[in-house]
Amino acid sequence: MVLKTPRISRQALPGQFLEIKVADSYEPFLRRPFGVHRVRGENLEILYEVVGKATEILAQKKAGEYLDVIGPLGNGFRLNITHSTLNILVAGGMGVAPLMFLAEKLAETKHQVLIGAKTKSQIFCEKEFQDLGSDVKISTDDGSQGFKGKVTDLLQKILPHAISHKPLAIYACGPRPMLQEISRISKKYNIPAQISLEEHMACGIGACLGCVVNTRAGYARVCKEGPVFDADKIVW
Amino acid sequence: MGMNPNVQVIIGRLKLKNPVLVASGTFGYAQEFTHFIDLKKLGAIVTKTITLHPRKGNPAPRTCETPAGMLNSIGLENPGLEVFIQEKLPFLKKIGVPIIISIASEEDPEEFIVLVKRLTKIKEASAIELNISCPNIGHKSLIAQDSKAAYNLIRAVRKVTTKTLITKLSPNVTDITEAALAAQNAGSDAISLINTLTGMSIDVETKKPRLSTITGGLSGPAIRPIAVRMVWEVYQKIKIPIIGMGGIIDTFSALEFFLAGATAIAIGSANFVQPRITIEIIAGLKKYLAENKIKDIRVLVGALKV
Repeated sequence: MVLKTPRISRQALPGQFLEIKVADSYEPFLRRPFGVHRVRGENLEILYEVVGKATEILAQKKAGEYLDVIGPLGNGFRLNITHSTLNILVAGGMGVAPLMFLAEKLAETKHQVLIGAKTKSQIFCEKEFQDLGSDVKISTDDGSQGFKGKVTDLLQKILPHAISHKPLAIYACGPRPMLQEISRISKKYNIPAQISLEEHMACGIGACLGCVVNTRAGYARVCKEGPVFDADKIVW
Repeated sequence: MGMNPNVQVIIGRLKLKNPVLVASGTFGYAQEFTHFIDLKKLGAIVTKTITLHPRKGNPAPRTCETPAGMLNSIGLENPGLEVFIQEKLPFLKKIGVPIIISIASEEDPEEFIVLVKRLTKIKEASAIELNISCPNIGHKSLIAQDSKAAYNLIRAVRKVTTKTLITKLSPNVTDITEAALAAQNAGSDAISLINTLTGMSIDVETKKPRLSTITGGLSGPAIRPIAVRMVWEVYQKIKIPIIGMGGIIDTFSALEFFLAGATAIAIGSANFVQPRITIEIIAGLKKYLAENKIKDIRVLVGALKV
């Protein structure tokens, strides 16, 4: 979905998100968070899958309608923190959404994009990443496309070769078990990893303390201190 | 035109320039809202509840959406009294509106006395709200569910402070007027009505509760009719002012509470959805009064026609 949001588009950084009120009614009552997928001038894109009431309503919006949007929110990915010579982006399912914006910012650098899903039909954005010049590798649980297995297995497979490009950096977004595995791999190979977490949010602006994740320094708010965290800070 | 209705109200020894507050726990310590509103315009700010010692709070998931509302089980996460005073209060006092400090005890109700004694010495603490009704700290029963215990506690607190005392009551009781009378008789200057209702939601696919603590507090428009009813019941029995809250999302839902007997209102979960809602409701109330040629908001308090 393309939103015309001049101010947000100007400020948004990869990994940041928007809080969208999809309807004026009480159903749903709360806003829903969506990662910034891409920015094109004044336009900002979000990418979502219809999984519930809110996304169902969103999917029925017509061109030209107004949406109530707050953003950009949260802390995004920090770029080139290690001046890494190779950046590896790892996406699980819809985790591609915020990583596209990141890949655009990293387009000038050497980077690889690993996309994993259960099956071929759930692989999104392969072509879009390739159009950016990304080196894209696919994994599917059922082997219907690319490497057969988890995307984290694919990561482990390419690491021995990639490691010659050290320093490396990993950026990941996807389901929690995948991110936990990314943390383990990051520690094992001593590669810094930034992961984008999801948690149920009520406000998205740091007020309700609802969306916490356990970190070495205690609970942190996914919406405010996150959604992007250094993988080694998270207590799983 | 040109009519400028009075919206000033008095709660205990507090003079509020307007009757719109924020409900404890829905506004953090106000910092998060600076990007959205001019905090100076609020009637008063009620802080997230402070305990004597820091509290980590409950594990995630702490919130989930429910029909026309939400459940929460934050577990009173807060930095504790001393860190609050050092790190949060300086920002709050600069705002220039009355600051109502919400406090709770964890194990021993005596903690209330320690908290109140300390806060009494702090000029910037305009008033104290006694949160004796948080459903999410693992206690089987709440002080607010035992009128005798509530009476004894408020009486003990009253003896150690001259600050305005507001008691926040729980709707999870058979007769809300009993608790309200106990609070009044013990010396509370006002009462806040209502805290969240205990609720529960289940993910049918996983057969798991949708909150880590299984049950939590229900808020939002879903609870508004219960809140309005309780304000009305209590209004008829007590003389001290009521701060009404529970599912207020716009000017008209705010007006319901005044008509039922609230002197002031607080916005809760709606802050999560529309961070500017407080300011919109303040303007909306003034507009309503002017349009209906009502000179003073106090005329509306308990003006329900029956």
